[in-house]
Amino acid sequence: MPPGTIISSTSSPHMLSAFAGFVLPPGSTSIFNPAGTPAHSIFSLSMLVLSITGGVFVVVGGLLLYALLRYRHRAKDPDSNEEPQQIYGSTQIELSWTVIPILIVVLLFLATARIIFATQDAPKPQNALDVTVVGHQFWWEFRYPKFGVVTANELHIPASDPQARTPVYLSMISADTDHSFWVPRLAGKTDVIPNRVNTMWIDADAPGLYLGQCAQYCGLEHAKMLLRVYAQTPTDFAAWVAHQQQPALEDPSVADGRAVFEHTACISCHTVRGTVATGTFGPDLTHFASRDTFASGSVPLTRQSLHEFIADPGSVKPGVLMPPMHLNDHDLDLVTDYLMTLK
Amino acid sequence: MATQTAPLPLTEPSRRHATAVLHDWITTVDHKKIGLMYIGYALLFLVIGGVEALLMRIQLIRPENHFLSPLVFNQLFTMHGTTMVFFVAMPVLFGFGNYLIPLMIGARDMAFPRLNAFSFWISAFAGFLLYFSYIGGSGLYGGGGAPDVGWWAYAPLTSKVFSPGHSSDYWTLSVLLSGIGSIGTALNIVATALSMRCRGMTLYRMPLLVWLYTVMSGMVFVTISPLTAAQIMLLLDRYLGSHFFDTQAGGSAVLWMHYFWIFGHPEVYVLILPVFAFMNEIIPVFSRKAIFGYPAMVAASVGIGFISLSVWAHHMFTIGMTSAGNTFFVLATMAVGVPTGIKIFNWLATIWGGKVHFAPPMLFAVGFLFQFLAAGLTGIMLSVAPFDWQLNNSYFVVAHFHYVIVGGILFSLFAAFYYWYPKMSGRMLNTKLAHWHFWLFLVGFHVTFDPMHFVGLDGMVRRTFTYPVDRGWGPLNVIISIGALIQAIATLVFVYNLVHSYFKGALAGPDPWDAWTLEWSVPSPPPTYNFAAAPTVESRRPLWDLKHPEDPDTLYE
Amino acid sequence: MSDAAAIPQNETWILPSRGIVGMACLITAESAIFLIFVVAYLYYSGKSLTGPSPREVLELPIFTSICLFSSSATIHFATSALHRAARGATSLCLAATVLLGAIFLGGTANEWYHLMVYDHLTIQTNLFGTTFYSLVGLHASHVIVGLILLSLALVFSLSGSLTREHTSRLEVLALYWHFVDAVWIVVFTVVYIVGR
Repeated sequence: MPPGTIISSTSSPHMLSAFAGFVLPPGSTSIFNPAGTPAHSIFSLSMLVLSITGGVFVVVGGLLLYALLRYRHRAKDPDSNEEPQQIYGSTQIELSWTVIPILIVVLLFLATARIIFATQDAPKPQNALDVTVVGHQFWWEFRYPKFGVVTANELHIPASDPQARTPVYLSMISADTDHSFWVPRLAGKTDVIPNRVNTMWIDADAPGLYLGQCAQYCGLEHAKMLLRVYAQTPTDFAAWVAHQQQPALEDPSVADGRAVFEHTACISCHTVRGTVATGTFGPDLTHFASRDTFASGSVPLTRQSLHEFIADPGSVKPGVLMPPMHLNDHDLDLVTDYLMTLK
Repeated sequence: MATQTAPLPLTEPSRRHATAVLHDWITTVDHKKIGLMYIGYALLFLVIGGVEALLMRIQLIRPENHFLSPLVFNQLFTMHGTTMVFFVAMPVLFGFGNYLIPLMIGARDMAFPRLNAFSFWISAFAGFLLYFSYIGGSGLYGGGGAPDVGWWAYAPLTSKVFSPGHSSDYWTLSVLLSGIGSIGTALNIVATALSMRCRGMTLYRMPLLVWLYTVMSGMVFVTISPLTAAQIMLLLDRYLGSHFFDTQAGGSAVLWMHYFWIFGHPEVYVLILPVFAFMNEIIPVFSRKAIFGYPAMVAASVGIGFISLSVWAHHMFTIGMTSAGNTFFVLATMAVGVPTGIKIFNWLATIWGGKVHFAPPMLFAVGFLFQFLAAGLTGIMLSVAPFDWQLNNSYFVVAHFHYVIVGGILFSLFAAFYYWYPKMSGRMLNTKLAHWHFWLFLVGFHVTFDPMHFVGLDGMVRRTFTYPVDRGWGPLNVIISIGALIQAIATLVFVYNLVHSYFKGALAGPDPWDAWTLEWSVPSPPPTYNFAAAPTVESRRPLWDLKHPEDPDTLYE
Repeated sequence: MSDAAAIPQNETWILPSRGIVGMACLITAESAIFLIFVVAYLYYSGKSLTGPSPREVLELPIFTSICLFSSSATIHFATSALHRAARGATSLCLAATVLLGAIFLGGTANEWYHLMVYDHLTIQTNLFGTTFYSLVGLHASHVIVGLILLSLALVFSLSGSLTREHTSRLEVLALYWHFVDAVWIVVFTVVYIVGR
């Protein structure tokens, strides 16, 4: 799927949601464009909340406006110099406008509590897929324990069949500072915190690309810690898994580049399965070239952009933790070509 | 009533040497001078914080902009937040409190004048220390040492590992010192309100402003202290190698969050209660009616004070609390909306049946009423935890709290300025300039913060120095940035009015608004000793009783 | 204002003492600070990844605690003595208070010496070390401040400057000292009883 594909909402039975779609263009990350169960239930709840709060604003604001206009001082009134009648209070009125807000609060609270429990305490089905998410400064690590797959920045999940939902359960922890996993069209966000495992689940209604980004300030390049979730049909997903389980492709035409890679400090931070590179500080590069983007979704993957990045990562993403490797031009070309073959 | 006299100049007659004047102000323990210093200091930082905001808005005016580096942007939002909360809002509110409370209760000064001066100067030093970080310190990337950890300074971002320079220390120390100043002033306010009232002023005859400041100060004791404690822990972590927030040693990042928000949420109620106080004084005077339901207003204020201490984790709905935990904080947060709503209804009832004069203070009060109502409602939206799971840390939240702080607090402060400036300086602020100020600021405010809600609903995350081109957020960001510029111009108009009117404004006399509380019974500006003879009161509106001997409040209370 | 006051002029208008109110406010704020450190202590109880545990290294500081609690009584006697204008008794009771407080402080210093040198427990060692030293240390710093103020009062009393008119001020200081003792009750319970 080409990067940046915008998926627009397919069906919106609710009248208000159609209104929301009109006011806001069908954005790639709008919360009013839900494409997964948690996002749908939050959307419905938000329509209720917006109606109630909107109603309160109209009523109270309207009364205020009326009072300000009706009771404004007019110099030409015959009694304009007299003070109006002083009213000090009324217990009945106070009671009524205490009771009514309390009733509204009770209603809102019950509706909210229902969704909280339905989302957080939803029973985990047998066929749920487990993915471990590790947040780093400033990239995402994804591990599929059942499949033995480790990848970075682009999360592939099977799209969920509406008849038999297959949610993906994310167990999340941070390797350094606080982060937050937010893909608005699929679900609300959950923070990714060191020394604490948080769990959330997502399920995508249909295959497609869903965008998001880190939503907890985590340091210099927080703004560039983007998320890309690829929901695929079960067949495509199985194919992707099978491919990712293979060790790195060995292309003899880039053997020189591979040699440069393996003799430089690259291997102390990066893993390329099937080679001597087993570092874990940086993203797994085994199938690096099979991704659409790199640098956590912020740069489309082309030979040119990769070349620039390896030469001086800080010029593309200042504050990135990968240092410049100080390769000469020749080695730089070789390494770039090598990495581009790691599909 | 006292006859109109020419205002006493704020400084002694000009024959005095400039250094003598300076010495007078630096060593003063007079609550009025200290109050004015707090206010002037806050205005200076308001302008600085505003410049920081403008710079950020220029960077964000289009996607992938390179006007500012990421480091500078991150420093700016940290400094902007820290400045506005600790070095604008707190000082200006304490400044008004300092100036008005003794006058309103018929006292000569605050309970502890020297503590008052100490509290001011330590707060002033703290502000200076925070900004010294730009030139001092050894920033990690050589970008200067200003803190870049966000104004919440979440752990472990603030640990020595992730913030090796001194920038986090500047944040910690300056906020710690300002907290000490705040506790000192709060102590002074409570002691003054309880121990220095004039004869006849029982607690139930105190102006609502004094009530609200007393509740606010009580909150300060249990609000600022948790942050002070947490900051001591952070300093111990950074310098003595302790492990309070060291996740490698089993420490908890979430513990900092709890401590911070146990401070952070009640803090915004600390900020809003004095604002309610201003509205409680201004709305009645310009509607020509007594405040509707004084006892209910007292009860609602105290209720807000207490309930607000229990809602803090609604800032933490996304950190993975249990469903029961989340549900509790939803309920508490919605509950605090009830007494807050009651106050709005009471103001509405005060206006109802009155005779509304749209003088500048009332214009801003009207802006406050509508904007605070809207802000409260977006707050209720955010209290719905699943909704917050989507919108936490998005621009929707930024829009919400700026609606409260700018649309609510700042508008109310402007109202307070226009209302009490005559008392403090002896001159009226220019009405024409006031109208320019009001309308420009109103337009600029809405142009910035109304669209900001929508860009948040569309998924834009806060604290990001830029955003991707393909998200479609560009057009709204342009509008938001333009509004910021308009607000800046309006603020300049206001500052000009303050300065110009001091020299050329119409003489105010003691009671230009025909108001009812004790401060309007003394000359403008008041003499150093406030009252020639300690007053005695018999009702909540002593001047109303004097002006309407046929229908005094004493018959109704 | 009006001459026909609601409160007749010959009736007294009594308001709380500003010193006591001020000290009560300070105590409230300080209590909140201590509470946060106590919460950290309890939360991290049992969560240290390594190192000595409370049970292994802590002994109940019974004697020094009794000294500290007794000093609350002695300062109370000092205040009553001052109210009676009994200068000698005032000085004696103040001196006793300072002495008892100093014994407590010395005991804490001794305990810390043993913990650091023999048990190798420092603030850096583990979560227990972090929370123990910070909580007990915070309390000890308040004892030090109190002792400084009490010593000042003692000096004034000995030199004859402390008179009956200053009773209310000594009461304010006594209130602070009682607070310090009350905090020790909490810290003692949390650290040496519950936490072990």
